Amino acid sequence: MTDTQYDRAPGDASALSDVEEGTSSGVLVYTIGLFLAVILTGISFWVANTSLFWAGGISLGLTVLAIAQMGVHLVFFLHVTTGPDNTNNVMALAFGVLIVALVVVGSLLIMADLNDNMMPAAELMNLQMQH
Amino acid sequence: MNIIVAVGDEFHHEPGPSPSEAGPATKRIVVGYGFWIFLLSDIVMFATIFAAYAVLRYATAGGPSGVELFNQYSAALETGCLLASSYTCGLMSLAISSRQYAVTYLAALITFLLGASFLALEAHEFAGMIAVGAGPQRSAFLSAFFMLVGCHGLHVAAGLIWLAVMMAQVAIKGFRPIVERRLLCFSLFWHALDIVWVWLFTVVYLMGVVA
Repeated sequence: MTDTQYDRAPGDASALSDVEEGTSSGVLVYTIGLFLAVILTGISFWVANTSLFWAGGISLGLTVLAIAQMGVHLVFFLHVTTGPDNTNNVMALAFGVLIVALVVVGSLLIMADLNDNMMPAAELMNLQMQH
Repeated sequence: MNIIVAVGDEFHHEPGPSPSEAGPATKRIVVGYGFWIFLLSDIVMFATIFAAYAVLRYATAGGPSGVELFNQYSAALETGCLLASSYTCGLMSLAISSRQYAVTYLAALITFLLGASFLALEAHEFAGMIAVGAGPQRSAFLSAFFMLVGCHGLHVAAGLIWLAVMMAQVAIKGFRPIVERRLLCFSLFWHALDIVWVWLFTVVYLMGVVA
């Protein structure tokens, strides 16, 4: 493959329609992706049900497994690469991930903080009685 | 320096100008990138619903919690259906790029059937929950649950309609560049839905059972 000047459309396995390369390598890529995804899904379900691990760490472990599987999907199914023809796709994806992380982590942090600072119901009742 | 010039459906390598002089990208790249941006905005929308669910997870208002309601067996089946349909969708894009009509139809049919079984399983699960009085109006937790899982289910349903329309277009119009671009967008959509489902089964079904 020579240096292509155009970007690659997201989801395209290569910038050129490789007729000569054949579909067998494409099938292999999807099959590897399916294989890895099945393994990661299996581990996720096993981790959630086993009593082998410390219960407090399971949520974190499941999150890591989900991130790994998201990576497998992006690489093997959506063909996101680190190549220069993919820079635009990766930058857009990185921005999306940033916003998603801000929304989810920010909401969880703020709501947990509010819950912590919330006065217990009994104390609130006391306060009202004094007036 | 080489530039790729698209002539009809074939690509030729020709000596060309520098990147800055190469001119606008091909329509396939522009369309694909635009749809990529849409998908990311769709995922940001899912993120807000995920955040709502994560915040309201324990707000059961005395009603049933996830541990009592969720069936891991059905969640695993749904995951299998969606993952396999993502795989056959990938095989369909390969068949499209090598212009194989029969393989395209077959892969699309399997993708459709797997997606439809996913929806049927989910509808069965929803009906079962509503039957035991755990509908979306029962608690904030259940509202968030039905919103999140239902929104993903709606996307899958829209994808199934889209797939059927695309197969009609392939049958009538053949593999024209415009049909191929739409099929590219469809496969992006379908794979993105699978990524959303990965988070969904992790956060809702697995973490829900752990907690």
